[in-house]
Amino acid sequence: MTALSQRPANPIVGLTVSHESAELHVTGAALYTDDLVSRMAGTLHAWPVQSPHAHALVTGLRTDPALGLPGVVRVLTAADVPGVNDAGVKHDEPLFPDEVRYFGHAVCWVLGESLEAARLGAEAVEVDYEPLPSIITLTEAIEAESFQGAQPTVSRGDAGAGLARATHRFSGEFEFGGQEHFYLETHAALAHVDEGGQVFAQSSTQHPSETQEIIAHVLGLHNHEVTVQCLRMGGGFGGKEMQPHGLAAIASLGAVLTGRPVRLRLNRTQDLTMTGKRHPFHAVWEVGFDDDGMIQGLRATLTADGGWSLDLSEPVLARALCHIDNAYYVPDIEAHGRIAKTNKTSQTAFRGFGGPQGMLVLEDILGRVAPALGIDPTELRRRNLYQRGQVTPCGMPVRHAERLTQITDELSERGELERRRREVEAFNAEHEHVKRGLAMTPVKFGISFNLTAFNQAGALVHVYKDGSVLINHGGTEMGQGLHTKMRQVAATALGVPLSFIRLAPTRTDKVPNTSATAASSGADLNGGAVKNACEQIRERLEEVAARTLSLHPSDVRISGGVVTGLGTQDTIAWADLVRAAYFQRIQLFAAGYYRTEGLHWDASRMQGEPFKYFAYGAAISEVEVDGFTGAYRFLRTDIVHDVGDSLSPLVDLGQIEGGFVQGAGWLTLEELRWDTSDKPSRGRLATQAASTYKLPSFSEMPEVLNVHLFERATEDGAVYGSKAVGEPPLMLAFSVREALRAAAGAFGPAGHMVDLGCPSTPEAVYWAVDAARRAGREAGDGGASARSMAPVGSGTGGNGTGGNGAASGTVTPSDAGGGNGTVERELAEPLAPHGVTE
Amino acid sequence: MDPIQVTVNGEVRAAAAAGPHTSLLDWLRGEGFTGAKEGCAEGECGACAVLVARPEPDGTTRWVSVNSCLPPALAFDGQEVVTSEGLGRAPGACAIADLHPVQKEMAERGGSQCGYCTPGFVCSMAAEYYRPDRTSDPGDEDAQTGPAVVGAEHAADHEHGPNGFDLHAMSGNLCRCTGYRPIKDAAYALGRPEPTDTLARRRDEPAPAARPTRVVTDAGEFVRPAGLAELFDRLAAAPDAVLVAGATDAGVERNIRHLRPPLTLAIDRIEELRGLHLGPDHIELGAALTLTEIETRLAGSVPLLADLFPQFASRLIRNGATLGGNLGTGSPIGDAPPVLLALDATVLLASAAGEREVPLAAYFTGYRESVRSPGEIIRAVRIPLPLAPRTAFYKIAKRRFDDISSVAVAVAATLDGGSVARVRIGLGGVAATPIRARATEDALIGRPWTVDVAREAAAVMAAEGTPLDDHRASARYRAAMLEQTLLKFYEENHDAPALEVTR
Repeated sequence: MTALSQRPANPIVGLTVSHESAELHVTGAALYTDDLVSRMAGTLHAWPVQSPHAHALVTGLRTDPALGLPGVVRVLTAADVPGVNDAGVKHDEPLFPDEVRYFGHAVCWVLGESLEAARLGAEAVEVDYEPLPSIITLTEAIEAESFQGAQPTVSRGDAGAGLARATHRFSGEFEFGGQEHFYLETHAALAHVDEGGQVFAQSSTQHPSETQEIIAHVLGLHNHEVTVQCLRMGGGFGGKEMQPHGLAAIASLGAVLTGRPVRLRLNRTQDLTMTGKRHPFHAVWEVGFDDDGMIQGLRATLTADGGWSLDLSEPVLARALCHIDNAYYVPDIEAHGRIAKTNKTSQTAFRGFGGPQGMLVLEDILGRVAPALGIDPTELRRRNLYQRGQVTPCGMPVRHAERLTQITDELSERGELERRRREVEAFNAEHEHVKRGLAMTPVKFGISFNLTAFNQAGALVHVYKDGSVLINHGGTEMGQGLHTKMRQVAATALGVPLSFIRLAPTRTDKVPNTSATAASSGADLNGGAVKNACEQIRERLEEVAARTLSLHPSDVRISGGVVTGLGTQDTIAWADLVRAAYFQRIQLFAAGYYRTEGLHWDASRMQGEPFKYFAYGAAISEVEVDGFTGAYRFLRTDIVHDVGDSLSPLVDLGQIEGGFVQGAGWLTLEELRWDTSDKPSRGRLATQAASTYKLPSFSEMPEVLNVHLFERATEDGAVYGSKAVGEPPLMLAFSVREALRAAAGAFGPAGHMVDLGCPSTPEAVYWAVDAARRAGREAGDGGASARSMAPVGSGTGGNGTGGNGAASGTVTPSDAGGGNGTVERELAEPLAPHGVTE
Repeated sequence: MDPIQVTVNGEVRAAAAAGPHTSLLDWLRGEGFTGAKEGCAEGECGACAVLVARPEPDGTTRWVSVNSCLPPALAFDGQEVVTSEGLGRAPGACAIADLHPVQKEMAERGGSQCGYCTPGFVCSMAAEYYRPDRTSDPGDEDAQTGPAVVGAEHAADHEHGPNGFDLHAMSGNLCRCTGYRPIKDAAYALGRPEPTDTLARRRDEPAPAARPTRVVTDAGEFVRPAGLAELFDRLAAAPDAVLVAGATDAGVERNIRHLRPPLTLAIDRIEELRGLHLGPDHIELGAALTLTEIETRLAGSVPLLADLFPQFASRLIRNGATLGGNLGTGSPIGDAPPVLLALDATVLLASAAGEREVPLAAYFTGYRESVRSPGEIIRAVRIPLPLAPRTAFYKIAKRRFDDISSVAVAVAATLDGGSVARVRIGLGGVAATPIRARATEDALIGRPWTVDVAREAAAVMAAEGTPLDDHRASARYRAAMLEQTLLKFYEENHDAPALEVTR
């Protein structure tokens, strides 16, 4: 076996290749779970009966009216479950509930000969509800102390002492919204009982092994009686890590009970109203800085909105707490976490997995307070970056911390930061109604599952007699290019051209006990396993070749499908070597295995080294804001990002750009709104369609987008020196929101602190602009009024934040206990009270 | 009647099994075509996009992209549809890939990640690839580009490729994976179709004629009448029939709200509803012309409409949507009514009994209600000439492409010697119907066009209508936007000196 990170000569990894299914994608021939329906005769279709209450007891359920309709075959209810009536791993998610806990919760499922029959059947099912009080907002949950799960604390040093020695102290609140995954392919499952009597479920799942386990426990079967296959997903982003299980279990239950294939595909409305999303968070914080802007102490309480059940909320919260420092050294810190229990969808994994939420808290703080410190926000961030030798609050050394400074320096140069800063200043001086903003933000993101056991993977590699290679591994393909990378890894490890390698769909009967394809770990873990399997085979083949070539096995070289050796001109074609090996009765297949070394984590103390390494990056974004409306444009973004030595540059570039735009969507555009009124529709998701929940379109991509992969970045701890890339780039989008803050601030006087709602929609930006202008007017004819104010009419009263649900809270500078002149200036700063409600 | 048939990728298929409530998408997927996907079922994501052959005024054919999730399959009786499978050949068992130029660019440049939206993007991109008036001319050579360009002027700079590709062609396609840059690069790298390209050559022949269709099932009835007379007869017999052209609203009602109207009448190819006449004192726009057809044929001659169209939903929607539909549904957040109100448009209502002309300002009577009687249809919209010289359309929404307005404001003003001689302001999103901002108009007419008058009028405008809080915006923001857009109109339409100097 060779070292994990060491690349042989002429590696296939590192080459730019298209997505392995690209030709199938563009022709429409790539099959997704629901594309298989037309290939299955006699398939039944499933439709849910969804609760019209946020919280209620189910006191009666009459299915007869549905069963009397033509085409309705069966109504699945709790009484049909032979095993455990639960869809989760925490046993808090009844599959057929007798108490509905959110608006849209599925009570039962109707199976029909056609989708239309099932839908009509579901409309005919009669359910009696006894409504119960509900908790919808985070504020309500905090007031009612409605929490679930563990309440961990990350701490180091003495936060109180850190704050006490700070000469500048601020405190505030910040509430920000979640995010719908909006994978283009909604959840889908297609189950049947196969010719061997086993339950076979096709599922759009990031976690086939757990889907298999949940199907088995719902049906009262053993795992070996259930096989789950995932051909590919039309996007996952974490939304298919836990959420597919119950849906696949429903389809499997229907298949077992009716003896016919059952297809369950959520339409977009159902997907939005039934499945979990990124956790919204609320934070209260206190922070202190010294006169140089160095962070001295941070005390924070983060409350994640977990929804109706735990799902992955505990590990999401843990990752948020482990990332509240982002890229900055905070010497004394105390961060508490808790999970609100609310009557909403059960929030779940979403690209970044709490990391973005934790990091956003500190980035928001820095952006807000920089003007009061009198330090440019980019400079404030730069000064506080981790330095070599420093350790995170969780006790983990920040290996390669110097890369943060190297990356931001390189980015400043590539992004022409200084020149453009001057240009933006000049632009803003010239334009009264349009302002531009420029911001740079860094990313540091820990790679590995926090739960150590998940950091293992398997692979199965077959070499057939003709030399062709078939690989299977435990990871799933959701567009992230994992299969593309795995083919490149296998070709590199075996020494054959890429065309020799075919990859078969992910199935639980090929590789068992897999971890979710999540936490950006797919290539690290499965790549390690594929490499391991290939090297087992290769070592056996090298012995065969050594005999043929009369060499020592270590002197055999296999590259590009040609076998040769040191000191010989003789060559053997790959296929000939494989055939010879077969006749010598050499095993031509292997199971590969990989476990990440060196991890440990004590969840009770929130201390340890949970991550193999950190991924680093930074972005500069420039935006333009229209002062009349708050509407904005993303002019340019420059990114330098660390992917180690890239396994597949086109794939990594796609992950960086796509993650960035998705992050920008979360922070600016995408807004989940629940009905918080006392009407019967309380708890209903108001944004439950593509027409009301807006994700980025072409109009939200930066007009100029330059991405550069950080060079000479070999990561010793990962396959072929690469780094994980799935999640970290999402957080590069902080630069967009901070640029919006800068642009809004440019409408006000120097030193104005900008409180910006999140998501920072045009409305939220408008209110920030409005507040900045008001600050300018209140500053009177002093120095600040050199900036001319845009006309503001009389029609809008009051001070505004985003104003709607996911709005921000307050920032209050607090006395640091001395007669410090700077602090007095802060206290004199006119800080409007920011009413969240009108 | 002929058997019910749809030509898909050059192959004629029997389509009689499609019911009146079967979308083109569901029918295609039932036939085993997997390229078109359902992403949202309401015409917002474009994963279901396909190409259809549509007639051009000169007798040729244009390949037009539409959302297949919205129109009924039966509306394509006798028509030609092309899906992503029909553009190029996929690799497979005993098959070597033979990709269409659009597919090749998308595949090689990383234009697909999960691939689910990709066939829809490919179809939208192919329609633009084949657009006959796509020219490589980058436009005005003196035009500024890059960061020197401010505000709305960015559009021209960044939304057209050097090959004439209009990015708006894909404004109705959503991708959640790529961040769009590689898709844009793929689009801008496209050349011209080869002379041997069969779809390019197909453009030279006439498009399939519309043919009368009638299907009756237990679930309802679908009829494409042979002409206006038959339409009036059927409508008189069943006044609650649903009229569909592009079905961009009716399709959503069917998919999301599960409406199953007993009778659907397809009117999109009735010639009397498809006229476009430029008269000496008015322009008449047929109610069943698609917005794209109007946009193309007016070619900017009505600047306020030219402002409207790129902001009206997406290209995929505009290829099906009509003015008749936008007025007929009577939504208070439709984007055409504010513009047509500002243009002082009238609506021509027709029935078997004859025709009448109603000012649009008197057309809406309540939430989704109008003066249109049962049995009446909207035949056309008239815009009086001359047009006001100063116009603007402000759409307040979260997203610039393909969003629904929280507030829409259209202004058409005539200034005379520094005074406001005439002004019409149409508003959407601030009342149960689209409204005229009459109090604001009164505050402006006859007054000098100064910043003080503009501010005074803006304050009046802020109090127009009865804006509500909803998921798109707060009432307070809507009111603020009414005020701010008038100030913005002033800023854009007064001669120097600038505002701050006059303060």
